[in-house]
This record gives sequence, structure tokens and C-alpha cells, in this order.
Amino acid sequence: MTRGFNLRGTFAIFTFELMRAFRTFFQSIFAPVLTTSLYFIVFGAAIGGKMSSVGGVSYGAYIIPGLLLLTLLGETTSNASFGIYMPRFTGTIYELLSAPVGVAETLMGFVGAAAVKSLILAAIILVTASFFVDYHIAHPILALGYVVLVAAAFALFGFALGIWADGFEKLGIVPMLILQPLTFLGGTFYSIDMLPDPWRRVALANPIVYLVNGLRWTFTGKSDVNIWASLALTLGFLALCAGAIAWMFKTGWRLRS
Amino acid sequence: MEPILEISGLTKRYADGPVALDGVDLTIGKGEIFALLGPNGAGKTTLIGAVCGLVRPSEGTIRAFGMDLAKDWRSARRRIGLVPQEMATDMFSKVIDTVSYSRGLFGLPASPARIEEILRSLMLWDKRDSQIRHLSGGMKRRVLIAKALAHDPELLFLDEPTAGVDVELRRDMWRQIGAMRAAGTTIILTTHYIEEAEEMADRVGVIDKGRLLLVEDKATLMARMGSVEAVITLEAPLADVPARLAAYPLTLSDDGLKLTYRGHGGATEAKAEVAHLVQALVEARMGFSALDTRQSSLEDIFVDLVEQGV
Repeated sequence: MTRGFNLRGTFAIFTFELMRAFRTFFQSIFAPVLTTSLYFIVFGAAIGGKMSSVGGVSYGAYIIPGLLLLTLLGETTSNASFGIYMPRFTGTIYELLSAPVGVAETLMGFVGAAAVKSLILAAIILVTASFFVDYHIAHPILALGYVVLVAAAFALFGFALGIWADGFEKLGIVPMLILQPLTFLGGTFYSIDMLPDPWRRVALANPIVYLVNGLRWTFTGKSDVNIWASLALTLGFLALCAGAIAWMFKTGWRLRS
Repeated sequence: MEPILEISGLTKRYADGPVALDGVDLTIGKGEIFALLGPNGAGKTTLIGAVCGLVRPSEGTIRAFGMDLAKDWRSARRRIGLVPQEMATDMFSKVIDTVSYSRGLFGLPASPARIEEILRSLMLWDKRDSQIRHLSGGMKRRVLIAKALAHDPELLFLDEPTAGVDVELRRDMWRQIGAMRAAGTTIILTTHYIEEAEEMADRVGVIDKGRLLLVEDKATLMARMGSVEAVITLEAPLADVPARLAAYPLTLSDDGLKLTYRGHGGATEAKAEVAHLVQALVEARMGFSALDTRQSSLEDIFVDLVEQGV
């Protein structure tokens, strides 16, 4: 029915986006898995073998949540941003704008597909990690929930980015020049407690620190920051992105002339 | 005729640009083919965009199927289809996937039988598993039509449906459009090809600089504003137009062997006047060996209207 929520429209967008990802299997799935495997080999096996454990957790297992987020943030943002940018670029967005789908259906379709792709990717990465490192997840349900939350938040962020960008360069700038450096500096490979002041205090201004430690807590039960702060920041970021997208649809900014 | 689309005072004013639509009023009847004519930048695509949700109107109201598009947009859009001017589709998708996607997007349940019917009607069934990028230009345009028909719209917009396609394909498209109308679809098309409007439209509208200059039944318009040119080849040369024929709008060629009649103000009246002229020539015993007549096309009328700005 299209008088109310267009569920079939949502499902159409969702499946079409997933099919797009599977068409580009090597770029969407294989490349990130290969990159993450190389991180495990270099940091986990080569360097990790020479490092003592961190907070009672082997170094290899310690970096798994950070590496997972490193891939998750970049891929989710890129997937979602390309998902909406390409229709804008090629002109196929006319169909979406002329269809009986509103912001809710559009977001659930695009963002849901991007988030699901990321969850599939996360599962593959965890399986891949088990070939290199022995690890166990302290709170598996919470870990799954947090990954879903982060994937949804960054899929929304990517979607907003895809509407904002007016060229491929802008589309690549945010994941490569902002997200990736912040993630590297966000305690992916180390505990920020290892940093001397003032760098530790500087690191606490990096929002990615809270995301990495939130996920790390679900894996190891240990965190450098208050996990409630991690949760609040993730939810706040999600709400901020959702609000920005709602505004974009309401005003038609960069969508409707 | 029962109105299916009612546009009132529609204005689109860009923040830093010209007025794309300037107080357009237009009513489209159910089941008709309406051709919107106008030069580049006249406002044709903007008008379509405003109805289909691609353009945000600055002022005015649009009602489709009796519903206000600003309020009941979900219900109204479900019944409207659009074939865009640009070849905009996901080139890496298979034909059948992209058409099925369009049906789902508009909230309809999957219907392989209906999709097959549409693809067969557009001669795309054999290409259903081909990626769109591998199709010819004409077939790509048919895919866009198939996507627009996937949700069985009652009101279909065709924005320059035959732009850039060869003559044979254009005629094929006209047949397709005729078949859609026969199936009960109301069609609004924009075109640069006046012969397209002349061939298919029931009514025509002429738009320029965002203003709708006129809307009229095609046959009435051509009868009212059409002209007739008749060239009479005489058996013996004349020095001047005879006095008894002075009442007719005639010119004589330099060699005195051709009389040219140019009648304006309606093709029907002009044709009758040509008949009277021939009768006058016979009564005056002025022999002639040939009579060639040409009626003005919709294109001539369109050019006149745009030049005059009516």
C-alpha cells in the first residue's frame, strides 16, 4: 500500500542496493577483507609477537575491535555515500524523487542496505581474524548490537555525505582524509592510556576513540573511556545525521531543483 | 472531458536565475494526448518536474486525480509515470531487474507476468537478461518507457521521448504511444518535433519563457491559424495580376507565368478561397497547366506564435 508507509518501495531500494554490492564483489567485499588481513599479518603477527599483552589481552586480540571499526567506518560511509551519489550523478534519482517513497523509506532502503553490507563484511573479517589470532568475544550480543548501531550511524553519515558532495573528490575526501586518520589516531592499535599527557587528553577529543573503546569493551570487557559516553556519542551522532538528512529531504537541498 | 490534472498559477522562480514557470494554468483531460511545445529553455521540463516531484514550485497548486499533490503526493505519484529526457538508468543492471525495481519502488507487488507483458510490448523480452549498457540507444529509451509503465500509470509524462532517435524508431515510438493511449493512459509529451505533435496529439500547448502562450485543440488550431499556399502555373504569361483577381492575396512571378496565392487566418477558409480563385480563373478564360497547394504545418504555426509571443 502506498497511502502510508511504502514497504515494497523500501524493499525494492534495499534489494537493488544489495545487488549493486554483489555486482562489485571484489571492491565491496574482497578488497576490505584483504586489507584487514594484511593489518593482522603486519600488526598482529609480526609486531604483536614482540609486544606484551595490553591490559591482560594479547595484542593480536586487542586490535581486533579497532581493525573492525577501521574497515567498518570507511566501507559503510563509502557504500552509503556512493549509493545516493551515483543516482544523483547519473540522473537516475529522478525515479526515486518521483516515486511514492518518503525520507523514511529511502533511508531504510539505502542505509539498511549499506548497514547490512557492513555487517556481512564484519562477519567475514571476524572469521578472517580467527585464522591469525585466538580471541573470544566477552559480550557477543552487545558486540553485535554495537556494530549494528555504528553501521547505521555511519551509513546515515555516508548518505548525508553523498547528498552534500558535488563531485567524486568530495566523496573521497571525508573517508580518506578525516575518518581514516581519526581512526588510526583513535586507539585502533593501542590503548590511549599508553600515551603521555598532553597527547592522552588530545586523544580524548577524538570521537573515534569512544567508538573504538565502546566496541573494544564488548570484545574484551576493557575500555579506556566510560562506555556510556561511547554509547551516548554513537546515538547522538546517529540522531545528528538522521536530522540532517530529514532537513535535506524537507528542503530538497541538492535533491530537488 | 473529466480532468485528470489541474495546474493553477504554477510558478517556479530560482533564487539567482530567471523565472522558469510564470503562472501556468493548465487542465488535462482523462485519456487525451497533450503535446507541450516550446523552444529550448521554455519551461517544458520544469513543468513536468513540478508535477512529478523533481522541482519544488514557488507558487501555485497542482491537483492530480482530484488530489492536491502537495498533500496527497503518495497516492497521486503512485498513478503517475515519467519517461525522462536524459538516458538516465543504471547501465550495469539487467533490463528485467531495473523494470522490476521500478514496479516495487511504486509500491506494487512483484508480477513477473506483467513485467513480461510490458517487455514484450516494447520488444525487449529477448534482451531481458542483458545489461542496459549493451543495448542500442533506441532500446535504452524503450527500457526507460518500460520502467515508467511498470507500475501501470494512468498519467504518463514523456519528456522528449524521441530525442536523438532515428526516423524509423521515432515512428515505432509513436506506435507505442498510440498503444498506451488505446490502453487508457493519459499522455503528456514534450517535443521539439512538431510533426510528432501533429501526428499524435489531441491538444497542443505552446510554452515560451515560462508562459503558456496557448492551449488549443490541434485540429481547431490548425484550422484557425493555418495557412494555404497555392501556386498556379499559367499557360500564357501575364504582365500584371488582373484587376478582377485583385481581391485575392496573389503575387505574380517575374516571368509572369506563376500566380502564387497565400491565404492566412485559417486553413479551411483559405482552401475555400483557393477553390473560388480557380473558378474565377476559369470564368476569365485564363488557362493554367498546373496547380500546387501546400497547407501550413503545426511547425509554421508554432514558429509564428513564439515569434509573436502571443
